[in-house]
Amino acid sequence: MHCKTRRPATAAGRKRLRSMVLAVTAAAGLAVLAGPSPAAASEVVVYCSVNEDWCREVVTSFERKTGIKALMTRKSAGEVYAQLRAEKSNPKADIWFGGSGDPHLQAAEEGLTEPYKSPELDRLYGWAIRQAEISGYRTVGIYMGALGFGYNKDLLAKRKIAAPACWSDLVKSDFRDEIQIADPNSSGTAYTMLATMVQLMGEDAAFDYLKRLHRNVNQYTKSGAAPAKSAAQGETMLGIAFQHDLLVEAIAGAPVAIVAPCEGTGYEIGSMSLVKGARNPDTAKIFYDWALTPEVQALGAKARNFQIPSNSGAQIPPESPRVDRMKLISYDFARYGSSAERTRLLAKWDHEVKSLSR
Amino acid sequence: MKRHLGFWLAAGWAAVLVLPWHIGGVWPVFWPGGPQNGPSAGDGMPALIQGLLLGRPWLLASVLPLLAALAGLRATGGAKGGADGRARSAWLTAAGAGGLGWLLVESLAVTQPGLGLGAAAYAVVCLVLGAHGLALRGWCKGDVFIVASIGLVLGSILVFVGFPVVTILLSAVQDNDGRLTVVGLFDKLTDSGIWGLGCVLGTGSTCGVAWNTLALAGVVGVLTTGTGLAFALIAVRTGFRYKAALRLASILPVITPPFVIGLAIILLFGRAGVVTDLLSTLFDIPRSRWIYGMPGVAMAQILAFTPISFLVLVGVLQGVSPTLEEASQTLRATPWITFRTVTLPLIRPGLANAFLISFIESLADFGNPLVLGGNFDVLSTKIFYAVVGAAHDQGRAAVLAIILLSFTLSAFLAQRRWLGRRSYTTVAGKGDAGLPSPLPPGVRIAASAVAALWTGLTVLVYGTILVGGFMKSLGRDNTLTLIHYQTAFGIETGPNGWWFSGSAWDSLFTTLGVSLVAMPLTAALGLLTAYLLVRQSFLGRGAFEFLTMLSFAIPGTVIGVSYILAFNTPPLELTGTGLILIIAFVFRNMPVGIRAGIATLSQIDKSLDEASLTLGARSFTTLRRVILPLLRPAIVTAMVYSFVRAITSVSAVIFLVTAKYNLATAYIVGRAEVGEYGLAIAYSSALIAIMVVALLAIQLLVGERRLGRRTAALPVSTSASKVNA
Repeated sequence: MHCKTRRPATAAGRKRLRSMVLAVTAAAGLAVLAGPSPAAASEVVVYCSVNEDWCREVVTSFERKTGIKALMTRKSAGEVYAQLRAEKSNPKADIWFGGSGDPHLQAAEEGLTEPYKSPELDRLYGWAIRQAEISGYRTVGIYMGALGFGYNKDLLAKRKIAAPACWSDLVKSDFRDEIQIADPNSSGTAYTMLATMVQLMGEDAAFDYLKRLHRNVNQYTKSGAAPAKSAAQGETMLGIAFQHDLLVEAIAGAPVAIVAPCEGTGYEIGSMSLVKGARNPDTAKIFYDWALTPEVQALGAKARNFQIPSNSGAQIPPESPRVDRMKLISYDFARYGSSAERTRLLAKWDHEVKSLSR
Repeated sequence: MKRHLGFWLAAGWAAVLVLPWHIGGVWPVFWPGGPQNGPSAGDGMPALIQGLLLGRPWLLASVLPLLAALAGLRATGGAKGGADGRARSAWLTAAGAGGLGWLLVESLAVTQPGLGLGAAAYAVVCLVLGAHGLALRGWCKGDVFIVASIGLVLGSILVFVGFPVVTILLSAVQDNDGRLTVVGLFDKLTDSGIWGLGCVLGTGSTCGVAWNTLALAGVVGVLTTGTGLAFALIAVRTGFRYKAALRLASILPVITPPFVIGLAIILLFGRAGVVTDLLSTLFDIPRSRWIYGMPGVAMAQILAFTPISFLVLVGVLQGVSPTLEEASQTLRATPWITFRTVTLPLIRPGLANAFLISFIESLADFGNPLVLGGNFDVLSTKIFYAVVGAAHDQGRAAVLAIILLSFTLSAFLAQRRWLGRRSYTTVAGKGDAGLPSPLPPGVRIAASAVAALWTGLTVLVYGTILVGGFMKSLGRDNTLTLIHYQTAFGIETGPNGWWFSGSAWDSLFTTLGVSLVAMPLTAALGLLTAYLLVRQSFLGRGAFEFLTMLSFAIPGTVIGVSYILAFNTPPLELTGTGLILIIAFVFRNMPVGIRAGIATLSQIDKSLDEASLTLGARSFTTLRRVILPLLRPAIVTAMVYSFVRAITSVSAVIFLVTAKYNLATAYIVGRAEVGEYGLAIAYSSALIAIMVVALLAIQLLVGERRLGRRTAALPVSTSASKVNA
């Protein structure tokens, strides 16, 4: 290396000073962003899979009530499940609140969640307790929502089609290219529908039905609630979804009529689980017990989510779809929630139904 | 040299004596009275203190390389070359290699908390010390800066791209329970759902997802490059008067969260959309769902990616020396022949790069197929739902990712073949080079038509976005309201002064902070890499170049999951921090800086570097004072792109955001998911406004390069009026 001429010392010095200041500022910025949160004694990390409003409502009420800081991340149930799996060796979350029951059962099956019996357990409805029992008390039901479909009243009137009331109406040629449902490979809602059909009709008849339905489906959406939105917007005449998702649209003023199919229908049990190896197991349990109380279960309705709460002491919101007036199948969550059965049904659906041309 | 070494050595001592070696605890924890509770109380202490006092004696070994370097520095102090130089080189090389090797073994062999700032600084110091040693040995013509840069870039890419990618690809040969299944891999790879040709053969089934993806990417790549070229020609080669407006308009789609373009297109062209409504009432055109599927996705992608190809092409087009065109004209070639045989061949690197970027962007795009895909599946959405969908099949996701990667690899190789070994150098140190020739009329009209169509669409889409934020529920209830903005960005005044009560503030502040930190890092790393690739030759350069493209090619979802898999556990425990977001952005967006840098650099004559080197400047000085000023268009591209992408990307970060570090896009997607389109669109408009301001600021800060081309005397009146008409 040879020596080089330098610029005057003052200019160089100033320049160096400036770059040093810059470097220090950048380093400080990085350090602030990267700094791990000090493990404060009273906090709880919540992965929340119900709607954002509901999550926020629950978390702020919890903080107000207990003084424990609740750090909430909202993600769909499938995303949370994938994340829990990835974080298995070093969990970051303490509790998983809400979301369709199947991923919760799947997580329980893989030992990603922790068994726990809450003192509130006895006050829950039978379906919520059954959810806990089949998972070995690794999860528990916090709400229930029934499957159904909704049609756009304006579009239906324009085409002068009789209002559908049963699953069997959906395969009529009137609805050619007018039905939307999610892809069961991507959406728990649609998987619930697939499993419902199999339980309602028997497997062969169910797949026969789904093949005929396939001719009327204009789009298999990715998200389970999308068909409800499409029906509300008039993008499709009829959407198959959970009734509470359709209800959100109807209450917002969309011309959507909601149908509980006459043959009977399946349902989901929104669940809650404690994460295994959590960093704040104690506060997580406080959150768990608290979330099962009637007052907290009423928060869903406050945020305009009208699922049926699982605590028998909680008031069922008047807007909720009346479960007592619809026919519900006795949904076998143990069987259809297991990963082996689900993988088999999904593969079969993929090969026999989805790949058909219409 | 010695002074530099001294600095690095001091930094090395600081890394083991002052900086926290592991993460955990707060930094000044080693001062008496710091927090003592929790399992990680001492982890924030420097390596030496942990080694002496906390029962981690292996950490004491960290001083050995530093002592070796010190010995090298002292033993041969002051002397140059000869036997002394060789001795110093040996000491320093040993120090660098020893330090890095020890760090690797130590961090993997012993169960301990994730490495912290001290370990990171220590790794860099060892790398630089080793580079000094190798440079003394004559590597890269003895240029320390080059050796260290190659080491640094290569090392960081291996750690932050190679390691996660390998982690996730390994899961391709595992079943869901983690057992190895090599047999299953072949079945998965040849699945008819991926490669089926039913739609062409007429066997009554649909086409495989791989063909869908390829067809879409091909169409989008060609059309996007064409549209980008049209804009670049108008901006550089005509007297079009509103070039600034053109530039701004062409930037708009880039600065829009992809989700939102798809949403606006549905609100416009969906079956119940505004345009469809109009067409059906005015001309009785029946409503249909043509928008859901390939046409809609292609449309959204062309809208979104054209600006990138424009940015690449405009830099290249500006760089084309008019001398050659003037020569062609002097030889009596018509404008068309000049354009076809001189201009077009000279911008081939730009065309190839623009095509490659949009092709790969289309392969990896997630938001648009998600919203508009309908039954048209592409690999990126398939991968996402293989991971998070009801099937929960990570092995399948990895298989699909491998297929997607192989496409990227092919595109990359094809581009290299096409460019070949020709020279595209047109910026040389010869000063004034004449006037660019006007465009042939046919080309000008075609370019204007394409640009007009594109601009019309863009205005429509943005009109929808802008207006939608102020309506209760666009299309259903068009009452004007400010409620969405209030919910998102409300500010209240309370007893404690201002209070940001809006629900969007948290995510907005995090997003801006992360993007601002990621921006200069991305540009610097990208351009440095481009410089190394174009100007230096070293072993394995081709493989190195491909490695840099990897993270860009893999869809964000896979990157997100692979980052969790790779960085959730020590030695690199980064999940849950803001740092992992920054790293994800830097390494994901760096390739654009590299491509832009390569395209621009290959036009700059090497004689300029050589002149600087001959005059005694080192390569760092040359880079800073000669090349960087000429690289300004590339710098703008890299900075703009990384800033904007950090703000708008969804899929890569959806697994990485946490309660503490939530990002705007994750928030918007959540809102759109529950049908709060108004709030989603309002937030998006606010983001767009912020990014426009930032873009103008970047443009102003970096400035234009001055190439010594004359600019006067273009036939302004005619061309401008034609474009306007």
